[in-house]
Amino acid sequence: MASFKPTNIPVYPKLGEKVTQDTLYWKNYKAPVQIKEFGAITNIDFSPVTPHNFAVTAFTRIHIYGPFSQEPVKTFTRFKDTAYCGRFRSDGQLLVAGCEDSVVRLFDVGGKVALRMFRGHTKAVHVTDFTSDRYQILTGSDDYTCRLWDIPNATELNVYQEHTDYIRCGITSKLNRDLFITGSYDHTLKVFDARVDKSVMSMDHGQPIESLLLYPSEGLLVSAGGRYVKVWDLLKGGQPLVSLRNHHKTVTCLALSSNGQRLLSASLDRHVKVYSTTNYKVVHNFDYAASILSLALAPDDESIVVGMTNSILSIKHRKSPEESREISGQQRRRPSYRVFVKGKNYVPKQDDYLVSKPVKQYLAKYDKQLKKFNVSKALDCALEKWIRLRNPEVPVAVIKELDRRGTLKNALAGRDEQQLSRLLSFLIGNLVDMRFAPVLVVAAEMILDIYRSILGQSPVIDRQLLRMQDLLEREIDYQKELVEVLGMLDTMFASSLPKMEVPCSSVSRSNGLSQGEASDWNCVQTG
Amino acid sequence: MVEHGDIRVVHRGGSKIDFRQPVITNDSRFLLCASGECVKVFSTSTEECIHDLQGHTDLVTGVLLRPSNHLQVYSCSIDGTVRLWDFTDGILIKTYVIGCPVYSIYASANHEGVIFIVVPMLGDKRSELFQLVAVHLPQSGDQLVESRELSAVLSNVSSNPADIAFGRGGEYIASAKGLQLKVFFFKKQKSYEFSLKEDNKKGGLNTFTCVACHPKDDCIATGHGDGKIRLWRNFNHKKEYTYSTLHWHHNAVSSLCFTPEGTNLLSGGVESVLVQWRYNQESQRDFLPRLGAAITHIAVSPDGALFCTSHSDNKITIIQSCVKVSAVIQGLVKGESVQTDLIVDPRSKALVLNGKPGHLQFYSLQRDKLLYNLDIVQQEYIHELGLEQFEVVKAAFDASGTWLATVEERKQKSAELEVNLKLWAFDEQTQSFVLNTTISAPHEARITAMCFRQATDSQTTMLVSTSKDGHFKAWQLATPAHTEDEGPSWSCDFVGTYHGLVPECCCFSADSSLLAVSFQEVVTVWSPTSWELLTTLSQPPGAIRDLCFGRLSCSKYLLGTTAKNLLCCWNLLTCSLEWSTSMDISLLLADPLSENMAAFCCQAGCTDLFVFKPSEPRPLFSHKAVCSGTVTRAVFAPREKMLDSCEENSQWLNRSQLHFLTQYMDLMTFTTKAEDDRLMASSKQLVIDDSVAMTPFYLLLGKHRHQQQENQDPMSSLSAERTPLPQSSVAIKELLQTPAHVLPSTSFLCSMFVQSLLISVTDLSGCRENNKKAEEEMESEKEEEDSEQEMESSIVRSEQAAVSVQSAECAAPALTKAQVRELRRLKKLDHSWLAGLLDS
Repeated sequence: MASFKPTNIPVYPKLGEKVTQDTLYWKNYKAPVQIKEFGAITNIDFSPVTPHNFAVTAFTRIHIYGPFSQEPVKTFTRFKDTAYCGRFRSDGQLLVAGCEDSVVRLFDVGGKVALRMFRGHTKAVHVTDFTSDRYQILTGSDDYTCRLWDIPNATELNVYQEHTDYIRCGITSKLNRDLFITGSYDHTLKVFDARVDKSVMSMDHGQPIESLLLYPSEGLLVSAGGRYVKVWDLLKGGQPLVSLRNHHKTVTCLALSSNGQRLLSASLDRHVKVYSTTNYKVVHNFDYAASILSLALAPDDESIVVGMTNSILSIKHRKSPEESREISGQQRRRPSYRVFVKGKNYVPKQDDYLVSKPVKQYLAKYDKQLKKFNVSKALDCALEKWIRLRNPEVPVAVIKELDRRGTLKNALAGRDEQQLSRLLSFLIGNLVDMRFAPVLVVAAEMILDIYRSILGQSPVIDRQLLRMQDLLEREIDYQKELVEVLGMLDTMFASSLPKMEVPCSSVSRSNGLSQGEASDWNCVQTG
Repeated sequence: MVEHGDIRVVHRGGSKIDFRQPVITNDSRFLLCASGECVKVFSTSTEECIHDLQGHTDLVTGVLLRPSNHLQVYSCSIDGTVRLWDFTDGILIKTYVIGCPVYSIYASANHEGVIFIVVPMLGDKRSELFQLVAVHLPQSGDQLVESRELSAVLSNVSSNPADIAFGRGGEYIASAKGLQLKVFFFKKQKSYEFSLKEDNKKGGLNTFTCVACHPKDDCIATGHGDGKIRLWRNFNHKKEYTYSTLHWHHNAVSSLCFTPEGTNLLSGGVESVLVQWRYNQESQRDFLPRLGAAITHIAVSPDGALFCTSHSDNKITIIQSCVKVSAVIQGLVKGESVQTDLIVDPRSKALVLNGKPGHLQFYSLQRDKLLYNLDIVQQEYIHELGLEQFEVVKAAFDASGTWLATVEERKQKSAELEVNLKLWAFDEQTQSFVLNTTISAPHEARITAMCFRQATDSQTTMLVSTSKDGHFKAWQLATPAHTEDEGPSWSCDFVGTYHGLVPECCCFSADSSLLAVSFQEVVTVWSPTSWELLTTLSQPPGAIRDLCFGRLSCSKYLLGTTAKNLLCCWNLLTCSLEWSTSMDISLLLADPLSENMAAFCCQAGCTDLFVFKPSEPRPLFSHKAVCSGTVTRAVFAPREKMLDSCEENSQWLNRSQLHFLTQYMDLMTFTTKAEDDRLMASSKQLVIDDSVAMTPFYLLLGKHRHQQQENQDPMSSLSAERTPLPQSSVAIKELLQTPAHVLPSTSFLCSMFVQSLLISVTDLSGCRENNKKAEEEMESEKEEEDSEQEMESSIVRSEQAAVSVQSAECAAPALTKAQVRELRRLKKLDHSWLAGLLDS
């Protein structure tokens, strides 16, 4: 006596993104903390020393936030105009910032008043940075020049006038005190050596450059400008390595995750993309509410801070290990299983005789009814609300099974208004789904056949039938358009492909589980 | 060595075992059933076939326990004989020659020496009318007895054995045919007839299909074509009979059976549900559902503990008290057609073909036994006539047997074709195939051919399927892209077409560097690594029917047969036609282990076989008229042990054996004379003159017996001769050298051992009796008693045995009067001293 074979519920390939190690890692952040600033946030910089405060440059102020506070721990307000590029020195003691009024100010993190003011630029200064020896400052300005300043004397050391447009980004080497790189709106990025008066290397990005990033080893340089993110190999004389085009608006900011394995880019298209630095494929994606101007990652990826054009600062903190474990722990503890496994760990002794219990077969509700040949009840069980909404494949599989048994008509007939409307609403929801169409079209035809005589008696049913008709008409139009597009593509491919000796056409890959366009088209037509 | 390599065509796979109702013996240990030309004896506990009762020369049509001796069984056959067998030992006791075909056999304990058989009317062998006759079996000592005195009981009966049944205590016999039920009373010598009105409402299906009589009560149960069961009572009056109707079955009731005490009625039909009705409380029913296939016969053991049901898929199920299936005896399932080719599983070397609906059966060719059924469709089978079911239409194994690909399809009247391609991986732990990937709708139309790439070294396995939708697809095992717990699965790698033609067959070359796909008249050759079309070959007119690459030294040849009776051989090195010949070949296949190719060619309703090498012009072997009808399925099965035949025309059978299916679904094969001789020799060795099975026990005891018989003469004359010493030493040797686990119990051996040491002369014959008794005891497997009591009881029982032997009409070794007298005398002798000896 064989046991009852339950209805086979097909497993369809999951749509949407796949769960990878990366998604798990980047999703492991708490809900963001949002802080309203006074204007667009142009720069965010983390202090290199603990407790890793970060400076947020927005409009005429620079706020310094602690790692967990939502109120600024410190505010610098002594700017006459919009401040730019507030950056910490490598010891976290000093902060430098440019300003629209062309004056560069140096602050002590503890104080309020500027320690030094560097005057010399003629236009707004958008780039400021400390060199790695901590005694000099690099600035870049809209007057096309970049300058080096000495901090103790507050004097200008050198002027470089090689760029031919605004300088909007620059970075100093962390390993060599004399090296720095600037990027400009003239599409070039130049590597300067303070020991010579000229740039030592120049690369063409092809777009106005918005942001620059050096790898910790400083062999690779990343530049962002326009829609492109480009990686340059400095050791090979500035050879372009990769060009990434994953954003559809200007990329404004770049960041590197703390272990250097992932590169992040933020753009005006409101996305932050995470790339793997080994193959430069996008492994994760964050969405934000507004265009992003600035982005920074705390050391060890403890938090992601994003500044947007709508002057909102969004801070995401990483979940602590306890928190993330709690969630998975809850799932594991769900059933009070322990009660039932009493004696499960018992190790049988040598003379013990093991009495094996027959394994009980557990059947789903609809299978129990199918086993008893109660076809209508089986369909009812499968159409229960939570099943119908969450796993539409279950009712479809049951309908298919009933059709195979030749009893689908019996199961569909003899319904009252409420049951029929439930059936129709399920059909309307899933009829045009490519996976379910072949099965549901048969059921829909049967329903129309059975209940044709009672049309016009119930306004509810009539409305639903009209909706179904509307849906089918739209689907037919849609499929027609798709076929047209397919035809256009075919002609394009045919004209673009070189003429081959061997006519082997239609080399396509399909996963086999999805049915062809044409068969779906047929189904809809019959429906 | 072989003198003449004579090659014969022989049947394989056994005959139907569900042809007639099986019989369970009184002790419920054996089950007997008619199977082709022999009666098979199965063990009810181990499901093994113990022996075949061979002797009939035509289809056996009935098996029946002899009412007066429960160790003997009658069997009847179309060949016009009724044979009496001792089924425990498989000995033919008597043959009664009736003279005309016998279709069924009945007997009752009240009618001693008479059997009732169904024969054609008036000896006209072709007539459709049958009669029930009584045959008096003559008492005679001969093996072959003519018994042609037939006395008619009922005329115009059905030839179906289920339509006749003996009533309570054999007082009457009931027979049903069409719409009429006849009851014949033996005492009154009078028959009553009861007719049902034809039911015109629903196709008039209330004809009788089977009859059963209550064993203790005057009640006849009849089954009908519309699924009703009627219980007839008071039928010894012409007019005042009554009947009540039970209805559960929705199709014809195929078998009815009362339990021996009459408390329950069992019924079965195409629903494959065994229904148990309480007698007199018919509303109470028990069901045993999902028995696998339509029930054709039901039988109950005489003690009522075991039921057995025969099923239409050549299966007998043994059920313990309507609750538990305890054993399943399964023969080779033969459906209407084998849609999958015959395939050999490379791992188990089993033949694989369609079995039960939705299953593949694995049939061991070496052991000639069904191994198991693999459920392919994995859906609840609905036993209903006229329902479209999923059928397995294609199957293929890869070279190592780790992957199995199956195609199942279901054709509906209105909707489109449903096709599923399933790939199964062999699981080492469970030793069976586990479903890996299901691809629903792999093609838009029917799949015409499928083959695996026979690569032995590469880790990538590839499957190619061709379909009527004009595409062929290559499927490959892909490792998952993400680090998840799911294993590798199959996905489509390549889709190929050729001018929109329909591909018919595909084939990989021996080293799997080439794939040949035939598109109607054109053969395209592809490289499976780069999917480049290398060349096209064509020999119009006629579409290609079969494609085959040569093997080993002939692997440069590609052979194809066309619909216009042409066999072509292309040389792939020159890409030109090497040779072609005009033959109507229905099937072409290559031996995977040699260069040989076999071609079945259909000519004038018969099929001829040619075996040839592509490189040689002359066929190696040809066999005219292998069978009637066309052969469409055949396979080369590799042999377990290579034959060393050097005869030229039997050499091709050395490495592998050719099996084929005829139009009538008979599995046939070719054997050489040498094989036949070997088989004969082994079976001769098994035929023992005695009734004891060839066991280590027998070897141990048989020698003793032999020597005793030699010594019989001196013993019967009671000469005071000494037992020769060698005999005792042999016994000791046997005792010490035989492995302990095959020895009989010590209590039994002890007496023998002691006897071998005895120097006694007076009680030598007593000891002999002792031995003899022990043998009988071992056969009946009764529990051994303590050795002390044994000595006394043994004597008593030996006398009983002697008496039973006397009373038996025709027991095999009859004792002479002198011997019986001697036994009686021995009984009176005092053996107490021996008991004392054993005590010490």
